[in-house]
Amino acid sequence: MRMPMPDAALIERRADIVGALRRIVPGEGVIVSEAERRVYESDGLTAYRQLPLVVVLPSTVEQVAAVLRYCKEIGIKVVPRGAGTSLSGGALPLADGVLLGMAKFNRILEIDYDDRCAVVQPGVTNLAISKAVEHAGFYYAPDPSSQIACTIGGNVAENSGGVHCLKYGLTTNNILGIEMVLMNGEIIRLGGKHLDADNYDVLGVMTGSEGLLGVVTEVTVRILPKPTTARALLIGFPTTEDAANCVAEVIGAGIIPAGMEMMDRPAIHAAEAFVKVGYPLDVEALLIVELDGAPAEVDHLIDKVEAIARNRDATTIRPSRDEPERLAFWSGRKAAFPAVGRISPDYYCMDGTIPRARLAEVLTRMRTLSEQYRLSVANVFHAGDGNLHPLILYDANKPGEVERAEAFGADILKLCVEVGGVLTGEHGVGVEKRDLMGTMFDECDLAHQQRLKCAFDPDGLLNPGKVFPQLHRCAELGRLHVHAGRLPFPDLPRF
Amino acid sequence: MSRFAPADLEELRDAVGEALAVEEPLEVVAGGSKRGFGRPLQLPRLLDLSRLAGIRDYQPSELVLTAGAATPIEEIDAALAEAGQMLAFEPPDLGALFGLPEAVAGQRTLGGALACNLSGPRRIKAGAARDHFLGFRGVSGRGEVFKAGGKVVKNVTGYDLCKLMAGSFGTLAALEEVTVKVLPRPEALSTVMLWGLDALAAVRTLSRAVASPHDERLLAELGSDCEASSLDDQASIALWRAVRDVLPLAGFGDRAIWRVSVAPSRGGELAEAISRRLETNWYLDWAGGLLWAAIAGAEDGGATVIRDAIRGADGRGTGHATLIKGSPELRRSVPVFEPQSPPLAALTSRIKDGFDPRRILNPGRIVDGT
Repeated sequence: MRMPMPDAALIERRADIVGALRRIVPGEGVIVSEAERRVYESDGLTAYRQLPLVVVLPSTVEQVAAVLRYCKEIGIKVVPRGAGTSLSGGALPLADGVLLGMAKFNRILEIDYDDRCAVVQPGVTNLAISKAVEHAGFYYAPDPSSQIACTIGGNVAENSGGVHCLKYGLTTNNILGIEMVLMNGEIIRLGGKHLDADNYDVLGVMTGSEGLLGVVTEVTVRILPKPTTARALLIGFPTTEDAANCVAEVIGAGIIPAGMEMMDRPAIHAAEAFVKVGYPLDVEALLIVELDGAPAEVDHLIDKVEAIARNRDATTIRPSRDEPERLAFWSGRKAAFPAVGRISPDYYCMDGTIPRARLAEVLTRMRTLSEQYRLSVANVFHAGDGNLHPLILYDANKPGEVERAEAFGADILKLCVEVGGVLTGEHGVGVEKRDLMGTMFDECDLAHQQRLKCAFDPDGLLNPGKVFPQLHRCAELGRLHVHAGRLPFPDLPRF
Repeated sequence: MSRFAPADLEELRDAVGEALAVEEPLEVVAGGSKRGFGRPLQLPRLLDLSRLAGIRDYQPSELVLTAGAATPIEEIDAALAEAGQMLAFEPPDLGALFGLPEAVAGQRTLGGALACNLSGPRRIKAGAARDHFLGFRGVSGRGEVFKAGGKVVKNVTGYDLCKLMAGSFGTLAALEEVTVKVLPRPEALSTVMLWGLDALAAVRTLSRAVASPHDERLLAELGSDCEASSLDDQASIALWRAVRDVLPLAGFGDRAIWRVSVAPSRGGELAEAISRRLETNWYLDWAGGLLWAAIAGAEDGGATVIRDAIRGADGRGTGHATLIKGSPELRRSVPVFEPQSPPLAALTSRIKDGFDPRRILNPGRIVDGT
């Protein structure tokens, strides 16, 4: 993966830069030693590593603004980082860039039950929000599997999802406001405790912008009352086609489950070997379907889903009888990644979305690719919304396997786009899928996206090298090609 | 005013390209049912998108529908109803509020609903128009075709430009095709009505209602200190449709109609604060978070009083007031949309520069100059 060429002259001025940053963030907030910088060299996508020029850990919005203003003035690149759990390399440092860690912004500022929201600093973890409000019967809905560690600021940057987003939405559907700092140091507040924007929805484009537009310094999230009941069904099928048809029929019947997950045979076996929750081992596909709401509603829907499954020749149908059993059903799915990690030295997690009707075809072609690349693949799948997570098994110590795994992964994502899907459902583009953007978007599409970037960060200093395969200067992007004299357009109907 | 009615994407691109070349800005309309919303425009060219219509792909089990941007909502509703689904953001029909003839009122389009980010009562649970907007193709003010988003319900590939288009009132791009998320209709509906509460008590009750489990316990709990009744299915649907379409304020002739979004717990006090100073008829939706108000007599239509009330005594209240309906003079003289802080206004203007540097598409519809 090619990153922007480091600026050697700027790296030489490191001592000056460190001095200037220390005047803004005193004490331990500026990290210089190689051993301490090493902690920040990669995020959840560990295949890529790079020591940052220097790490800064501000603790106030004024410090963030001053750091960004200084970096803009000198022309230093900045990479923002929450907990560094990105699976797409969104927080990968740059050799000539400042790594701006937001970990010190770790306070919950306000919980407002009357308005069903919480105002938190960006370094608060996703799970900490739910923990802080659970005694009052509330929770924060998006639940990425890294929720113990990942921060809400990172969730905003990546528009994170989770197993429950089919019913409850992604981050973008669950936040009300942010405070952010632009690269020029301007502090902007968007939204608040009310719904929706007047004028352009800047909050909407900030969410999922992967740290390229601004640095989030405060977030107002919606909190929801916890459903009174949740029950899950474990359903096994002899073929993945049967399972996919069952999913389509459940949704066609007007049911939006709180979660609907699918695992294929390799994933089922890996998970069962790891957590031993009694998953059936004689099936090709396993569904976990969770229904939540009022008890009468949940029982009614469980019966309906069970009937659909039976009609679709399910060989195993087990409704959870109590809360421990429901959690047991989920524990295998939630442990699927580490479980696969036990059977293979390394694995590479992909994240495309497809129209669900194409699932059987995609899985068949994935098996062909698997043979071609001589690498195994296990599939876990947010079946309700079509978000695939193929896990490619490889061994980084065997020559050529890393490259084969990457090429296999790229082919899977291209396949997702080919059948009408997209490159990433929830992990983000980052550096990982950057060079595949051209399979989904043409140059004109990408130029329109990059012009948005120019409105926020005209010098391209914030998190460069992520998302876009090519860096263009804003002056060049802004040039307008008007063909004066190519008039009139004779074919155009006029009235 | 010359009128251009492109029949396809290529003609749309040509229409914008030509306007750009001769520097004659376009007013972008589809059905025209919301032309009275926003700052009044007097532009030399009308870009009529109404031929870019028709459902192009609809897979009920994928929860996704793709249609020409100017497809009438009625047509979409009918197709969705057949599969037991709906547009869960409930695009309002403001025809009665604007006093439009039936023929125009019926012309509201999917693209129009998205471009204005208008959502109905279900918004508090199901999300706004912007939350259901998955992808689009269109022509920017640069005269270039581009697309963003996708045709699947879960996607984070690239910037979420759908959010930017939602509520941009045609000032960034003319949409040609849009893809939206659709959802199942509820199996059954029931509305609980509580009578005789004042504004503050009512908002407290609404707050308890949305924060509690929605089952039979709710009615027992809430109805204990006032008279209660309920409506089912068709009667319930009709009631909420009236709320959605602002029918309670449709009979107020020339009054200024405001739509105010605030923190839900503040809805009651806001309504009372405004009523104390101005002749006001109002109602609250979104569990208190959305105030609809018809204001009489104020020279600025009530803008100052309303916007001061949003900020509140401590100046820290958040929210926005939008002048949905008012005379052209009023809509020219007071900000129709909530004024922005200087850095946000500058950012907004730079965003417009990126998509429409020559101010060809609906210039001045939201703010003078952009």
